[in-house]
Amino acid sequence: MTTPSSDQRPARSDRNPWNWLLLVPIVIPLITALYNADQPRLLGFPLFYWLQLAFVAVGVVCTTIVYRTGRKRGGR
Amino acid sequence: MSEHITEIVVFTILFLVVSGMGFVAARWRRPDDLASLHEWGLGGRKFGSWVTWFLVGGDLYTAYTFVAVPALLFGAGAMGFFALPYTIITYPLVFLVLIRLWSVSHVHNLVTPADFVRVRFGSPTLALLVAITGLVATMPYIALQLVGIEAVLKTMGVTGDLPLIIAFAILAAYTYQSGLRAPALIAFVKDSLIYLIILVAVIYIPAKLGGWGSIFDAAKAKFDATPAPGDGILLNPNNQLQYITLALGSAMALFLYPHSVTGVLAARNRGVVKRNMAALPAYSLLLGLIALLGYMAIAAGVKPITSGGKADANTVVPLLFDKMFPDWLAGVAYAAVGIGALVPAAIMSIAAANLFTRNIYREYFKPDATDAQEAAVSKIASLVVKVGAVAVILMIDPQFSIDLQLIGGVIILQTLPAVALGLFTRWFHRAGLIAGLVAGMAAGMILLYNIANPAINHAHFGGSAFPLSQLGLDTKMTIYAGFLALIVNLAVAAAGTLIARAGRLADGPDGTRPSDYTADEGDPRVHEIELSGSH
Repeated sequence: MTTPSSDQRPARSDRNPWNWLLLVPIVIPLITALYNADQPRLLGFPLFYWLQLAFVAVGVVCTTIVYRTGRKRGGR
Repeated sequence: MSEHITEIVVFTILFLVVSGMGFVAARWRRPDDLASLHEWGLGGRKFGSWVTWFLVGGDLYTAYTFVAVPALLFGAGAMGFFALPYTIITYPLVFLVLIRLWSVSHVHNLVTPADFVRVRFGSPTLALLVAITGLVATMPYIALQLVGIEAVLKTMGVTGDLPLIIAFAILAAYTYQSGLRAPALIAFVKDSLIYLIILVAVIYIPAKLGGWGSIFDAAKAKFDATPAPGDGILLNPNNQLQYITLALGSAMALFLYPHSVTGVLAARNRGVVKRNMAALPAYSLLLGLIALLGYMAIAAGVKPITSGGKADANTVVPLLFDKMFPDWLAGVAYAAVGIGALVPAAIMSIAAANLFTRNIYREYFKPDATDAQEAAVSKIASLVVKVGAVAVILMIDPQFSIDLQLIGGVIILQTLPAVALGLFTRWFHRAGLIAGLVAGMAAGMILLYNIANPAINHAHFGGSAFPLSQLGLDTKMTIYAGFLALIVNLAVAAAGTLIARAGRLADGPDGTRPSDYTADEGDPRVHEIELSGSH
């Protein structure tokens, strides 16, 4: 498809030890034992609902950290 | 119908304004020439973080989602809430995958997932299978967007097929003219409307219904009173595995859909993709709250509209708005759902058209097609796709589209080894991948065929929850059929690879190099291809 060209840019890498942090928001929402209960309620929300909504924040924080640390390491 | 006149007027005005925007979109960031797939089908590949956020968000969270997920909670309770963990998991899961796809696609001028498979594994057969899978999975999804509009129209007392046909004709016309720029521009309006409506809904409706606590209590009372064992506002021991595997399986499948890939490839650079993976969960929060509209409908005593003796659960959200909101606000809410159907329908039809053009037309009919020819074929294919979707909805029971979409989710997951794993490893042999894909699809179909659902009077294709007891296990637990099928797929692909290697079967050439997967905007090779534009 493309003809190989001889450009050899300084190799960019996606390697970053912080990438492991991505596992946190993948694994935690899959452990139903953590949240499959009615009590304690928060603002009338059973645990099942408010805790899973709170996991959204966990996902955002972890992904943002991975993005920020990855950027410092030479990638974009 | 007359008591809905305010709603109909507001709905119509907003719908027409947005359609006007769709036509104007062709001039937005006007390219010199729209006659290439990179311009028409990928919006010039120059979308920044905000546009991509609206576009991908508007693409993934569809009108059908807004209508069907609350309907699921309305009917079954906690199980329907799987949509939330699903959309939380998906972004961290695909974070490192999509940036590699972005890079390799920009180095090699790829437009579809099947394009990638073609280059990576050197197998036109595997690419064709991936392309057909994408088409089959996307078509019913487009049709389902009509179900969303239909539910709204039904609630407003508008019946007959003509309004639906008109809505889709308008959609088809501006997609034809403006390509991906149209949904990208409309997505701004759609999402702003939806955010507004949901914000109002989650504050205003609970206040009128006596607070969130009493909404959940009303839902609990309803499920306790039904004889069905599987419902309730919490999961039970038998459906937890289904909840987990459905969330995980759906999360893995989401970015294998061609329309999701289209949104990602239209991004300007890797940073835009990464930033969006961090920012898109804002929609998940919205989705979680939207899901709870189902419980609000229970607390408000909404009874779904029945037609032909069957209750249409998809009408519960529109009915809730009708009951709780002043007429004008209900009209805005309906417009949000209606416009919410147009954005994904446009992107999906563009993605399906791109698949046809790149992986069938160019591969098998006209290998030397020029950019302008590709764009022309895609534009016509997008029309055909939409006409097909309308025909399916009008002529066949909408339940059939829902069944097809269910099957679509299971089969698109079967492209995971070739597309997603293929981005990281070239270990699999093309013959193994083909065998795995076919085996996974067969397994998925057999599993789905054997799922009965008495509630909708289906002996087969009654849902995605496969009872493990059918495999001889002594349990009432269920598991997501797609997940089992994927395990079969991976096992066959691995075994096939080992056998093919042992038999010294020729493998396809890999057209990519390791550095292709980390290339970014500004790199010589990425730039070079953008300028030349064609092969």
